[in-house]
This record gives sequence, C-alpha cells and structure tokens, in this order.
Amino acid sequence: MSSLIQMLKPKTKAQTTTLFAWALIAPAALVMFWIVVWPLYETFRLSFTNSNLGTLMGGAEYIGWENYEKAIGGRKFPSIVTRTFYWMFLSVGLKIVLGLIGASLLASNIRARGVFRALVMPPWIVPIAIGCFGWLWLYNGHFGLISNFIEMVGITDGPFSFLAYKQSAFYSAVVTDVWIGTPMVTLFFLAAIQGVPRDLYEAAYVDGASRWYRFRRITLPQIMPTIVSMALLSAIWTFNSFEIIWILTEGGPRGGTTTLIIDTFKTAIFSYKFGAGATRAVLVVLILGVFSLIYLTVLDKLNKRYGYSGVQK
Amino acid sequence: MMDKYTFLQKIGIYSSLALFILFMLLPFVEMFIASLRPLTHLFSRPDVPVGETMTFMDFMSRFYSDKMSFQAYRDMWVTVPQLPRYIFNSVFLSTAVTFFSMCFIVPAAYAYARFDFRGKTISLTLFLAVNMFSGAVLLIPLYKLLRVYGLLNTYWAMIIPGVAFLIPTGIWLLKSFLEKIPYELEEAAFVDGASRLYTLRRVILPLAVPGLIVVGVAMFIGAYAQQFLFAITFNQDRDYMPLPAGIFEFIGYQDVLWNEMMAASLVGILPVLLIFLFMQKHLIAGLTSGAVKE
Repeated sequence: MSSLIQMLKPKTKAQTTTLFAWALIAPAALVMFWIVVWPLYETFRLSFTNSNLGTLMGGAEYIGWENYEKAIGGRKFPSIVTRTFYWMFLSVGLKIVLGLIGASLLASNIRARGVFRALVMPPWIVPIAIGCFGWLWLYNGHFGLISNFIEMVGITDGPFSFLAYKQSAFYSAVVTDVWIGTPMVTLFFLAAIQGVPRDLYEAAYVDGASRWYRFRRITLPQIMPTIVSMALLSAIWTFNSFEIIWILTEGGPRGGTTTLIIDTFKTAIFSYKFGAGATRAVLVVLILGVFSLIYLTVLDKLNKRYGYSGVQK
Repeated sequence: MMDKYTFLQKIGIYSSLALFILFMLLPFVEMFIASLRPLTHLFSRPDVPVGETMTFMDFMSRFYSDKMSFQAYRDMWVTVPQLPRYIFNSVFLSTAVTFFSMCFIVPAAYAYARFDFRGKTISLTLFLAVNMFSGAVLLIPLYKLLRVYGLLNTYWAMIIPGVAFLIPTGIWLLKSFLEKIPYELEEAAFVDGASRLYTLRRVILPLAVPGLIVVGVAMFIGAYAQQFLFAITFNQDRDYMPLPAGIFEFIGYQDVLWNEMMAASLVGILPVLLIFLFMQKHLIAGLTSGAVKE
C-alpha cells in the first residue's frame, strides 16, 4: 500500500500539474462515466439479450446476434436507414444554405443589424418542444395558416393536412427541423464572416472584383473550416433528432417519418422490447461513427489534394 | 467605398432579410394570434361557398375576429390546474441543472484552460465526443440506472441526465473564456505564496465572472430547451412535469384547446426570452468566440 502511495506521489513539477489538473477534471469525468459511458456499455450488452419489461432488472437471456439479425433483416430496416440519411442530408443541406444566406445578409453593412440578428435567434432559444407545438398548429389541415394560404393562392382546391400523408409529413418535419437548426448555423457563420480579415476584401475591391466574386473567392474559402465543422455537428444532431418528429407525427403516418432514432424509441420505450431497442441504439452509434469517420477521411484527402482549408486544428 | 450599396441592392438586402426573419418568427406570430382567437373562430374555416375559391379576404378573416381577447390566458389556469406547477418545475429544473452542471464545469474548464498535462487533448476530445450520442440512444440503461437508485418520477430523473449532457459543451465554452485571463496574474499570486486553490478562488474566479455568467445563461437556456425527452420517459408524475411535457398532454385531450395551448406555450417561453433579451449581446459573442480564430 505504502509503495503504491510512493508510486503515485508526484516527483516533478509536471507531475504535480498533471495530478492537480486531473483532480479538477475528475468530478466531471466521473459524471460522464456514470451517465454516458456506462450506459453506452450497458446498451451494447443489452443488445445481445432478450431483455423486456419483466427482465429489465435481471434474468434476461443472452441470445447472441438474434436481435441484430432481426433488426437488419427486418422488412422495414432498409427504408428506415435510407429515410434517416435522406432526412439528414436534406435538412443539413438546407440549414447550411439558409445559414450562409442569412449570415451574409446579417454581415452586410446596414442599419439595425443587431436587432435583425436578435430576431433570428428565437427558434434556437425556445424549447424545441414548444416550437413544435406552434408548427403543429401551422400544419393543421382545416384551420392551419399554411393550408389556408396555399388554398387561397390556388395551389390546392381545399384543405390539406400536411401531417396526414407520408410525403408531406416528411417534408413538413424537415421544414421544422431546418427552422430550429438554422439560427445556430447562421450565428456561427456570421461570426466566422466577421473574422475574415478586411484587407482581403479591400484588395479584391481595388482590383475590381464584384460582390459575388468576393463572396465566392474570399468569404467562402475563409469560412470553410467553420462550414465544414458545423456541417458535421449539424449532421450528427439531425441524425439524432427526436423531439421534432415525435411531437409532429410520432413517426407516422404509416412510418413515413420513422427515422432510426424514432424506431429505437418506439421499440424500446413503447413496445418495452429493451433488447431489440438497444440493438437499434447500437446501430445508430455505429452508423454515425462510420459516417463521421468517412466524412473526416474524405475531407483530409481533399485537403491534401487541393490544399483547401479543412477542419480547424 | 465597397460597403456602400445602391438603392436596389438595399431593397434586395432588406427584403431578403425580412423574408428570412418572417420564416423564423412566423410560428410565434401565429401562436400569438391563435391564443387570442376564441375557439369557435379558431375552428371555423374561412367560409368558402361550394365551387368557389378562397379569396384573399376570406384568408385574412382567419386572423381577425371581433371576439378576440386574452380570455385564453385566464382560462388555461382553470383547464389545467397544474399549469403553475409546470412552469415552476421548468424554471426549477433548469436552475438546478445549471447549478449542478456549473459545479462540474468550472474546475474542469479551468484545468483545460490553464495547464498542460498528460492526456489533455485526448480527454477533451472524449468529452466532446459525447455530443455524438443523443439521450435517446442511452434511454434504456438510464431508465434502469434511475430505477436502481429509486430516482424515477422525481426531479432527479430529469436533473441528472440533463446535467451530464450539458457538461461537455459547458467545459468547451468556459475554457475559451478562461484562456483570455492573463496568466501573469496567477504567477503573481504564486510568488506571493498563494496556494493553487486559493488562486483559483480569489484571483481567477472574480475575473471570470462575465464568462461564468454567459456560460451559466447558456446552460440555463440549454437546460430549458432539453426538458422533453427525459421528462416523458423518466417521469410520469404530474407534480414534477416540466412545461413542455405538461403541454404535450394537451394534445391527448379529446378536443385540443389550441388557443389555451398556445397561450400556455407563450407564457412558458417568457422566462428564456426575457433572459435572452437582456443577455443577447454577450451571449452571442460568447457562444461564437470559438468559431473565430484570433
């Protein structure tokens, strides 16, 4: 015992610092271990069992890869995965494009910029669930604003229930997700644009470069690191997005908005199939991990080939 | 100069901005209008005779009724007697989550901002990697864990996961604030014989107050926004329900009382909106400081 203490005792200044730093980090690290790391391991373990409501606290049997075979071999699985990726790419793409437009507008030299900037923020500040309640009313078929509006304009002949059909429910959920995600993207792009050295623009201006040219050749490359990292972050969050779809459609109609996360929640919490639910949760983690890895690798390759700016070091 | 716009360009910028902001605020505006309209008006489609199309005036009639009032803001307390409790729970939960998460964030962020030590980069990366997992992925073991400790259907069932999922972002934000405090001040305290903990408490903390406030407010807003998933899975007790979960029950009612639901929602977001209004300048600068290289 005493030799152990002797061993751990700091000998140099660097060791003292390391020990002190870790003492400061330890509480946070322990919480993360308790609430994230251990549950993650537990999810992994459960995914090989037939755990359900009766056997949650013990007694579940190990059934090997059966859950995985059933989940991946399931009739709906391919369409759920495709839908999840479509949902992610569409939504993130729109957020990035809208964020770029919004940030460029807010960065322009106009009056009351601060007011405009603050007005863009509410969807991000307000609880996601409450924003979704508003959208639920907007999408209402008979009495909703959007349905009434498109009828007035003449796009439809009568009321249209956005959340009642597979296609329209999916795109409605995308619009709401974009609405919630855009403010943050806009804000970070704006900060990045404002950090671009002004002399670059001045030099280009003197040389007669147009606004569009300056945006394409100066702003975009300069803020590319921010765009690239925001896109990845946003992709992860969108992939994992639960509340929006759950409140708007609960994954319906007829599974039209069921993404992997919704499927996980439905299986685990609604049907009490904890083992099968855990399997889906593991698949979510694996798929996201592989996606992030591919994203970062491709980016690295592009960087090396074109010398383009990539993820911030 | 290059920042001058022609008249047409100005119109273009302002109208695009107006469109952009309309998209961002439309749901809130519509929620407010809906909260003022009596149910009978809310549930009356603009009258369109069979065979005719809806005109602009028909459409506009949905926005106005001479019976518009703030009645829903009075009635909602009767329809949902637990409403004050829900609002209290929301504010209480966010405050508790903010408090506890700051207890973990401050020391860790200080360590990352100040010291070079073994395992610094890797542990920081691991913290941030937590952002990859949504709460939904970990629900089953968390449910089990909370049940083992007998914490289901208590405030703790929502506080504990709430704290855990905010810690990584909090450390990251506060770290960038603390890095801006000059190191010389600490060295001076050391030379005078102050201990590390004393330096942290008496020298660094007072200087870090603005950063602490910004991060604290960001955590509060984050905690307020998160109160749905954990609340609907780990808590069935109405006494502990936060507002979003409480309002979600409205939807289960036979006839959704949209006007009261919207009124309750708007009252419920008032706390965060007010805090945001007062803090927005510092908040935005603080949150995005990581996005700009200095």
